[in-house]
Amino acid sequence: MDRGSARLLRSSDVVGRFLLVILLTYLGLLAVTFFIGRVIPIDPVLAIVGDRAPEHVVARVREELGLNKPLWEQFYIYVNKVVHGDFGTSVLTSNPVMQDIRRTFPATFELATLGIVIGAGIGVPLGVWAAVRRGGFVDQVVRIMGLVGYSIPIFWLGLMALVVFYARLGWVSGPGRIDIVYEYTLTPVTGLLLLDSARAGEWQAFGNVLSHLILPASLLGYFSLAYISRMTRSFMLNELAQEYIVAARAKGLSETRIIWRHALRNAMVPLVTVIALSYAGLLEGSVLTETVFAWPGLGLYLTNSLQNADMNAVLGATIVVGSIFVGLNLLSDLLYTMLDPRTRAMVQRR
Amino acid sequence: MTHFPLSILRRSLGTAAMASVLAFAFAIPASGATPRDTLVVAFAFDDIITMDPAEAFEISAGEIMGNVYDRLVRFDVNDPSKLYGDVAKSWNVSADGKTYAFELKPGLKFASGNPLTAEDVVFSLQRAVLLDKTPAFILTQFGFTKENVKDRIKQNGPLTLTIETEKTFAPTFVLNCLTANVAAIVDKKLVLSKEQNNDLGYGWLKTNYAGSGPLKLREWRANEIVALERNDNYYGEKSKLPRVIYRHVKEAATQRLLLEKADADIARNLTPQDLAALASNKDIKTTSTPKGTVYYFSLNQKNPILAKAEVREAMKWLVDYSAIGDTLIKNIGVVHQNFLPVGLLGASTENPYKLDVDKAKALLAKAGYPNGFKVTVDMRTVQPVQGITEAFQQTAKRAGIDVEILPGDGKQTLTKYRARTHDIYIGQWGADYWDPHTNADTFARNPDNSDDAKSKPLAWRNAWAIPELTKKADAAVLERDPAKRKAMYEEMQAEFRKNSPFVMLYQQTEVAAMRSDVDGLKLGPTSDTTYMFRVSKK
Repeated sequence: MDRGSARLLRSSDVVGRFLLVILLTYLGLLAVTFFIGRVIPIDPVLAIVGDRAPEHVVARVREELGLNKPLWEQFYIYVNKVVHGDFGTSVLTSNPVMQDIRRTFPATFELATLGIVIGAGIGVPLGVWAAVRRGGFVDQVVRIMGLVGYSIPIFWLGLMALVVFYARLGWVSGPGRIDIVYEYTLTPVTGLLLLDSARAGEWQAFGNVLSHLILPASLLGYFSLAYISRMTRSFMLNELAQEYIVAARAKGLSETRIIWRHALRNAMVPLVTVIALSYAGLLEGSVLTETVFAWPGLGLYLTNSLQNADMNAVLGATIVVGSIFVGLNLLSDLLYTMLDPRTRAMVQRR
Repeated sequence: MTHFPLSILRRSLGTAAMASVLAFAFAIPASGATPRDTLVVAFAFDDIITMDPAEAFEISAGEIMGNVYDRLVRFDVNDPSKLYGDVAKSWNVSADGKTYAFELKPGLKFASGNPLTAEDVVFSLQRAVLLDKTPAFILTQFGFTKENVKDRIKQNGPLTLTIETEKTFAPTFVLNCLTANVAAIVDKKLVLSKEQNNDLGYGWLKTNYAGSGPLKLREWRANEIVALERNDNYYGEKSKLPRVIYRHVKEAATQRLLLEKADADIARNLTPQDLAALASNKDIKTTSTPKGTVYYFSLNQKNPILAKAEVREAMKWLVDYSAIGDTLIKNIGVVHQNFLPVGLLGASTENPYKLDVDKAKALLAKAGYPNGFKVTVDMRTVQPVQGITEAFQQTAKRAGIDVEILPGDGKQTLTKYRARTHDIYIGQWGADYWDPHTNADTFARNPDNSDDAKSKPLAWRNAWAIPELTKKADAAVLERDPAKRKAMYEEMQAEFRKNSPFVMLYQQTEVAAMRSDVDGLKLGPTSDTTYMFRVSKK
């Protein structure tokens, strides 16, 4: 066998193993969610027929949902449908689950993306600064921000932010994604309202969407900032204590170059994972923020479905959240190999 | 961040809301952002699961149905004992009291433009019985089945139809039931054009609209928005405003901010604390109505201690009704110790019980528990239910009763209640239709107390076997003389107050807060009689 085809074989082997791992991850995720969902002491029929339904209606719906069948059979039927692309219908919204997710996910996506841009965009430089001027003013600020971020509940801060910036100062628009005036003038294409309004050239609507988005996004941004800046600080401190930094200094490199090109570059490797996981956390939807800001996102959808034992919706949303985690993990692995030559070499050696 | 138990979330949000009220007790400048021609209502409507009137039975869905669908008759929101024809021009009851003949108003049209005739009315009523969804029992209690409904609800001419009941019921009872959403009229032609697999258009109508009401449904996005528009084909007075938009806002503090900033015209789910804080704001006014919903503690008779008559009575003396009335349910409820809410025919206003620990102790001693006992209460973690339960825990302790509270979410505690595995449950019950039978049927009727009973009313859920009271409830629904019928309900309530395992607490008052330029809002006594088409903005 020549070297080329051997490498090809090896890489197809890697891809195959990777796919198997993903498949098992999903199956495990579904199984755990499904069985937990079925053993929680909430009768799923209740969510559909309500408290007043006569017994024969309850019995009929139970039959229709297949709840009389053994658990493993119910699971098999569900997985079989999913494999054929049918995620079922949500009993709460009467819509196909994927349609619901297409509606709620963009709301969360828009919020989370702006949130992580704020969080990482400010958090990383702040963390670097705090590490360089250890014990200085910025370092104290980062410490206090971290402390506040950990100890103040997000819904309280959200309400206070609304009271101050929306109600009192009037700097931003209030709860919800867009003013009622624009509700039926803007046609949703992607569901990402910033994108939709920009595409349509509706700049007034764009401004309105942004002014609704900025407060909850800043809030989420603040909480990830608090975490990211602390992690950046500690990774940077670790790097700055390494011998190669001493060597770089001895070589006479400028301090700026040492910090941003050498130390940060190495600190970025673990930091990428931190940022990716923060982002994934935001993408699964922050139910508290979504509640306070009346934001029709994935977090509220998932929580509401869970409370009503609306299993199709819960499982559908779980698959989406699972995919986000898998996807972002994959992405951070890819970034690793770009940032760290050693991991590249490892992959090649394998 | 998602995985917060909602009980904690709700409690914390409530605290946070109060904290913000305390910290920022100043006037908030309004910017006035709602369009002049649109009514914006901040409303928690995550209970809506369908827009098909044959299935919709949730509180928020009821309100939408009342605005977008017509029915044969409606009751006057100012005097619920008075009925008036909606699409019906006139009606009469046959001498034997079993046949109801209706004649419709001429020239009626659906929002779609299709004419509304007796054919549509007959189809709609038959459809509700054939689909047999949750609210269908309101119609099937007259003896309609899938097999006989086509013979018993019949069209006689383009504008005339007859409805034949199995027994001779009180005419008020039958007509009151026809005011319910389940008797709403759908556009036969439109609905059948969307039919799939003989589902009578059910799959389509769940998220669509086929009505003739003063407003029409433009869109329902679950947990986000319900948009209504004026129906220009409506026969009567047209909706004052061309658009009504309900925005789903779960959090009361958020609703309040939207209202104060004039980004909402009406806020529907404010807490007593919010309402108190808004009282001094001259740009905001409120309106309130006693609702057909009563709250109670119920004692499972499967528990041998709670099954003793003296213990049942003792519990009724261990609630501090006046303290609860003055604090926990101030503005949102009134102490009420009867199973019929005020407003329904025959509702009693007698409230004989008050907090009397000595009396309760004496009764407990007589029952053989001079030192009390241990018992659990299943409680939803929402206010004011939580506060009331905690207050009861304190007062019961004074008589030696050790109450353990088992908190849970709504569906969770309800699942347990319906399985009869609780000791004490704190619950609420809202009238399903505007007739005393709705509550008598559940509180004072239990035809079969066995575990696999076909019907499981509240009396059943607490294993309260009452053959005598059941007979009385059955007789009251057949009594054609309204005065006699009223007396029968009064007698049942007297007996219920004394012996039942239900500690009736209060009747709910619904309050809405609105901007001062909003005019004409009257909350109905039932969820489906809050009419937004009568509301205007100055």
